[in-house]
Amino acid sequence: MSRLKHIFANRQESGDRFAAEKLLNIFITAGYPGPEYTVPLVLELEASGADMIELGMPFSDPLADGPTIQHASNVALQHGITLNDIFDMVSDIRRSSGIPLILMGYINPVLQFGMENFFRKAAECGVDGVILPDAPPGEMSEIDHCCRRYGLDMIYLVAPNTPDERMKAIDEASSGFVYCVSVTGVTGSREGDELTKSVDRFIRRVKKNITRNPVLIGFGIRSHEDARRIAMHTDGFIVGSSLIDLIREEFPSGHWMEKAGQFVRELKYGSDA
Amino acid sequence: MQEKWTSVPNDRGYFGGYGGRFVPEILLPALKELDGAFRKAVRDPLFQEQYDQLLSEYVGRQTPLTYAGRLTAHYGRARIYLKREDLCHTGAHKINNAVGQVLLARSMGKSRIIAETGAGQHGVATATVCARFGLECIIYMGSEDIARQKLNVERIRLLGAEVRPVDSGSRTLSSAINEAIRDWVANVGDTFYLIGSAVGPHPYPLMVREFQSVIGKETIDQCLEAEACLPHHVLACVGGGSNALGMFHPMLPYEDVQLYGIEAAGKGIKTGHHAATLQAGKPGVLHGSLSYLLQTENGQISEAHSISAGLDYPGVGPEHSWLRDSGRVHYASVTDRQAMEAVKRVSSLEGIIPALETAHAMAYLESLMPQTRPDEVVIINCSGRGDKDMETISGYVESVNPGCDYPEKDHGGEKGTL
Repeated sequence: MSRLKHIFANRQESGDRFAAEKLLNIFITAGYPGPEYTVPLVLELEASGADMIELGMPFSDPLADGPTIQHASNVALQHGITLNDIFDMVSDIRRSSGIPLILMGYINPVLQFGMENFFRKAAECGVDGVILPDAPPGEMSEIDHCCRRYGLDMIYLVAPNTPDERMKAIDEASSGFVYCVSVTGVTGSREGDELTKSVDRFIRRVKKNITRNPVLIGFGIRSHEDARRIAMHTDGFIVGSSLIDLIREEFPSGHWMEKAGQFVRELKYGSDA
Repeated sequence: MQEKWTSVPNDRGYFGGYGGRFVPEILLPALKELDGAFRKAVRDPLFQEQYDQLLSEYVGRQTPLTYAGRLTAHYGRARIYLKREDLCHTGAHKINNAVGQVLLARSMGKSRIIAETGAGQHGVATATVCARFGLECIIYMGSEDIARQKLNVERIRLLGAEVRPVDSGSRTLSSAINEAIRDWVANVGDTFYLIGSAVGPHPYPLMVREFQSVIGKETIDQCLEAEACLPHHVLACVGGGSNALGMFHPMLPYEDVQLYGIEAAGKGIKTGHHAATLQAGKPGVLHGSLSYLLQTENGQISEAHSISAGLDYPGVGPEHSWLRDSGRVHYASVTDRQAMEAVKRVSSLEGIIPALETAHAMAYLESLMPQTRPDEVVIINCSGRGDKDMETISGYVESVNPGCDYPEKDHGGEKGTL
């Protein structure tokens, strides 16, 4: 059983039902705010309550990302981060942690690295899943072959405008979980209160069509309260831009990493934690 | 007639191994809707009638095929003609496509039009047609391009459109496309993204080519009329590649017609400061399709360089990548300097000031003409006029030759003569 399947299957009833049931997936850009921080940051986030980590692979032209992740991606690229550096970080993390790790990024660096090579190296160093948002299912069948060959989970996205039949096909093509984009927009987009109703309708449609995989929801979640509202009928939620915003604000003050940890703890358990 | 040239792309938008739809899931329904609307429109006689009528009454088609007598005499070889897309309303071929896509947007009930622009010609064309139909129009433009194409920025604003400066990435055409796509992702319900070149996810490369093919179709008829034969050599500049595909596509089946796509070599390919994607790039994915790209060995997109904003793009339309690999079109490149010399040459010999983009195709005459025969016909797609470039042109003359007006002689080590 893959690490991702394992954590979804082993959610345990505990005092805090929300925290137990709703898995928290935290996105950070690998190499932001500097290459030396990625490994300790992942460990800090894990200790603070993150159930899985998405490591963003920086790209020069991140067309599905808002200003926050664009910025993080630029900083990482200024530090010269490459896919090999990211594989080294994953190996480092694996020395002390079994937290599920997902690589997320645009397909072009993967193509230049060599598709087969990329999936082989990812599996070797302990990556669990891959998200390539600009390679939707059906566009490049080699991706799915490679994922199966190397035993990695391939996570695809559904959006509010994805038709029912397409959702079923995405469920069929995905493993690990399905990533629900809560709003039409780039990463970091805010979702207004008036949209909660349409998000509810969307999630109901998702639950009807996506039956094989757990469902995580992301985009626009900035607080525990957001999460409670939006993730109610899902298996968990994904937070990225708001953590990076916090790091951008706090770094390089002495306590930036602790504050990042505190933020994740509050996301997971609420501000009383 | 070779059918293989006209049967692409396939249903999934592939020209051989190039093209496709590499976009976030959220855009797929919009692309499928667009594909359906486009396929319906091309079969709809009413749509065709509206399109043809706008091209004739508003754009000013057909554009002339002008015999360039003094340019012909200058080289003393084949007879040279210019296909005068510079005479289109707004001064470039871009409006052919803008008219087609705006009609499509209207038929789809989309009320908000967004577009990217590099040199500003596509922005002007889009703003123009949107004004004509009373549609909201937002133009994304890199801040570096805003600085070097001020005249077009003013035109776009006068036409009632909003110019949104893009400060991320290279601050040129490529960043403007990223930002336009982000807008589209966020507003996909009511917004129509009007791409200006034969790039982007399927069906854009197909659609833009079809709306520009009027150039090549007219040219074939006009050449038969003037010379009683098809042209022997046909040249066009290639940035994203829409004017070249519009000219080339109808000619592809006539394999005796030699086609030349001219890219921007900037300061020289060896310097790394260029936009010669098909000469020096490698296949990869940018802006929704798989095509040749200027990129690093790690797959990061490189910054392109060209003195011409319209060619300053690290990608190229997927159909060009396919035509390159197949060998049907010969791709070459010329430097900033050679293009600038061509502007001066054609301006003073023909009384036509070409756009800097167009001047790249004209500069290639230096290499091509000595190999031609007097009984042959050469046609250049004169894709746009150079008014917008006057500041760049005078600035360049000043920087190369301070204190001096237009130099009479070539000063550098690069190939090219006056």
